[in-house]
Amino acid sequence: MGLFTELKDSISRATDRLFSEQEPKRIGIYGPPNAGKTTLANRIARDWTGDAIGTESHIPHETRRARRKENVEIERNGKSVTIDIVDTPGVTTKVDYEEFTDEMEEDDAIRRSREATEGVAEAMHWLREDVDGVIYVLDSAEDPITQVNTMLIGIIESRDLPVLIFANKIDLDDSSVKRIEDAFPQHKTVPLSAKEGENMDEVYENIAEYFG
Amino acid sequence: MPTATNADDSDPADGIQIDLISGERMENMATMEKIRMILDGVHDGNIVILEEGLTPDEESRLIETTMAEINPEDFNGIEIETYPKSDSKDSSLLGRIMGGDGSEAKLTVIGPANRIETLHKDETLISALVSRS
Repeated sequence: MGLFTELKDSISRATDRLFSEQEPKRIGIYGPPNAGKTTLANRIARDWTGDAIGTESHIPHETRRARRKENVEIERNGKSVTIDIVDTPGVTTKVDYEEFTDEMEEDDAIRRSREATEGVAEAMHWLREDVDGVIYVLDSAEDPITQVNTMLIGIIESRDLPVLIFANKIDLDDSSVKRIEDAFPQHKTVPLSAKEGENMDEVYENIAEYFG
Repeated sequence: MPTATNADDSDPADGIQIDLISGERMENMATMEKIRMILDGVHDGNIVILEEGLTPDEESRLIETTMAEINPEDFNGIEIETYPKSDSKDSSLLGRIMGGDGSEAKLTVIGPANRIETLHKDETLISALVSRS
């Protein structure tokens, strides 16, 4: 390696450290629709800032815009990290407005599906350009081996982003954290129920340690 | 550049067109050319099978472009299934069919979401149900 290249790398590393100490890291909350991303984002934001981020719903694609909560300072066991939480729309490869027609009028369902597609595209753009780390949220009562999960984890890995997998909804009878650990053994899996607030201590310990 | 499909010669009512696209055909194409080829085929109702799949970045852009093209009237997205990359040679079915060495094969099946449904997937098999409409 030439002297100039070494010098450039050294300056780049120092700059990275400088910025990493000064600027909050943007942590994207990703996952398929209805995994509980907004419930988790709200739980974290309420616990550390007192405010919520977005509206929670059982209807898929409730979150149709990426939303950021800035300067959330999380402290655990002497470690602290300041993050911007980016709650993103659930990622999918298909959106059918007829999925929503049981819950709303057709015009509203069509509008919701259009907004959902824009939201998914926005989430992908954030992932490529604007996040420093990822919390990947899965519903532990569902099969984690889906094409969307495999593709997204692959995209995250290809960008060398640090990722924690959160096995959400452990309060459900069908929950299986092991199924998620077996599916993605290369990453740390943290069990929790964002809705019930179960195991949040371990969640915050891992966020502080992993992204701090 | 010739297109992978030839809609003029086919009538969707006759059956379902399957495009098996070799890695060689894809290797010199730009990302958006690959995505355009895939989505044009899927818009025509075809099943597109890629011998070597897409890179993670290309997959991300495929999702983004698919979302931009979803139309409540006639296109609700894609169904996609991929085998993970394998280190073993000739490990993929298509690798054997096409005679490639298979070392970089990431067999990928893509179709219109309203016509293809994945029934089963494991390390050696993708089983899909394809409907005509």
